[in-house]
Amino acid sequence: MSSTIFKRGPEKSSGGDMVKLGGVAIQGYGGYIPRYRIRAEEIGRMWGQDKSGFPVAEKTVAGIDEDAATMAVEAARIALRRAKIDPRRIGAVYVGSESKPYAVKPTGTIVAEAIGASPTKLAADLEFACKAGSEAMAIIASLIRSGQVEYGLAIGADTAQGRPGDALEYTAASGAAAFILGKTDHRAIAEIEAWSGYATDTPDFWRRPGDRYPMHAARFTGEPAYFKHIIGAVQSLLENDGYTLNEIDYVIFHQPNMKFPLAVAKYFKVGQEKVSPGLIANFVGNTYSACSLLGLVNVLDQAQPGQRILVASYGSGAGSDAFVLRVLDGILEKRDLAPKLAEFIRNKIYIDYSTYLKLRDEILMR
Amino acid sequence: MRVTGYWRNISFLYRLAGWKCTHCGAFHHYKPVICRRCRSREFTQVELPGSGRLIAYTVIRSPPKEFERYAPYSIGLIELEDGTKILSQLTDFKEDELRDGIRVEAVFRKVRVNGEQGIIEYGYKFRPVLSRS
Repeated sequence: MSSTIFKRGPEKSSGGDMVKLGGVAIQGYGGYIPRYRIRAEEIGRMWGQDKSGFPVAEKTVAGIDEDAATMAVEAARIALRRAKIDPRRIGAVYVGSESKPYAVKPTGTIVAEAIGASPTKLAADLEFACKAGSEAMAIIASLIRSGQVEYGLAIGADTAQGRPGDALEYTAASGAAAFILGKTDHRAIAEIEAWSGYATDTPDFWRRPGDRYPMHAARFTGEPAYFKHIIGAVQSLLENDGYTLNEIDYVIFHQPNMKFPLAVAKYFKVGQEKVSPGLIANFVGNTYSACSLLGLVNVLDQAQPGQRILVASYGSGAGSDAFVLRVLDGILEKRDLAPKLAEFIRNKIYIDYSTYLKLRDEILMR
Repeated sequence: MRVTGYWRNISFLYRLAGWKCTHCGAFHHYKPVICRRCRSREFTQVELPGSGRLIAYTVIRSPPKEFERYAPYSIGLIELEDGTKILSQLTDFKEDELRDGIRVEAVFRKVRVNGEQGIIEYGYKFRPVLSRS
């Protein structure tokens, strides 16, 4: 890694330093992944690829009756069980996804109705490739700070598309992560202490309207895209009056494969023990808008009060949101009120490539 | 496309929520003007429990045209925790997991997709309770 970015870091964002967000906390969280898995080896078998060097070992596949909306609802229901609030107090539902079931009609209203939160004040879908879910969190946190809503629900959910035979097919997975945010109080799970964002016009990955599969610029998606933006967002949390990495107990970076997040960890000299608890891509794949947030769910499933978590998303196009959270006492009471992500990871059904095509709606039926 | 019929039922389809006659206890999927059983006009909103026991099931291998892409699929008769019996599609199971008497729980799924342009109908289905071992 001898490039400018890895030597000196990216240029600073025009938005200034990080924003301290104290006063807003996660009151409930939930992760959901479908039960079906396909091994990378099985995909490789179809396309004559070598048995080694796959970006992940296996990935989740949505059932034939699942989409981003159904998975968002499942994650939201888990979050609600932990939040233990009347769903009618949730004033805003934002769903980040690049696989929303309708081009026009919000997923947020479907989720709100399904969890008993309807009518809400606000409900909308966000799109920013894999970072739309974290952007939803940033917006909901602002709505709570301003007093416009008492509680808000931020979700990242995707049934990610990968063109058959394309490199993305090995990783493009399905899942959802949901967070109910509210004011910090004695019941809160983790306070969002700080946030920073970093976004530029970088065409590393895109999908035109009506197209079934995304396009990507292959290796271009690495250094000028993923690494520059994640490092840019995280760097501003560490500068000036920011944090030192010694104060952080867990680190989660967006994980489109196993290699990229470990490379960022190496750049920041973060030890493996801080990265491993949130690194789930090898068993789940890249769940796009849910990806880094499911890493956060897995960390919350095991973190202790007083510990700090740094989570940085990445969305192609391109941008990154980085948050620092401090775990609070509420985690001890609420964590076991709903299934942990590890339970969904263990509870799997392996499928072959032909079943995969059926579940992914790749078989033409007339 | 049956948009209005689907929309009137979404509280029940999404959350198993409906209206119970305060006089005779009859359950209605959406708030009626009068009870179809006892003609009462008083109702209480209730949400049925989201878990129960599979009483019996069958496998559909020759489905109606609109469900062809889901075949084969299973339909189960379920007794919910409050004793209510309900028919539902079953989902997310391995073949050897389906047995009469197993614990099942409601999940939110696509039930029917009306072609390329029509509405997507969501609703409840039941799956075997997630193992917490």
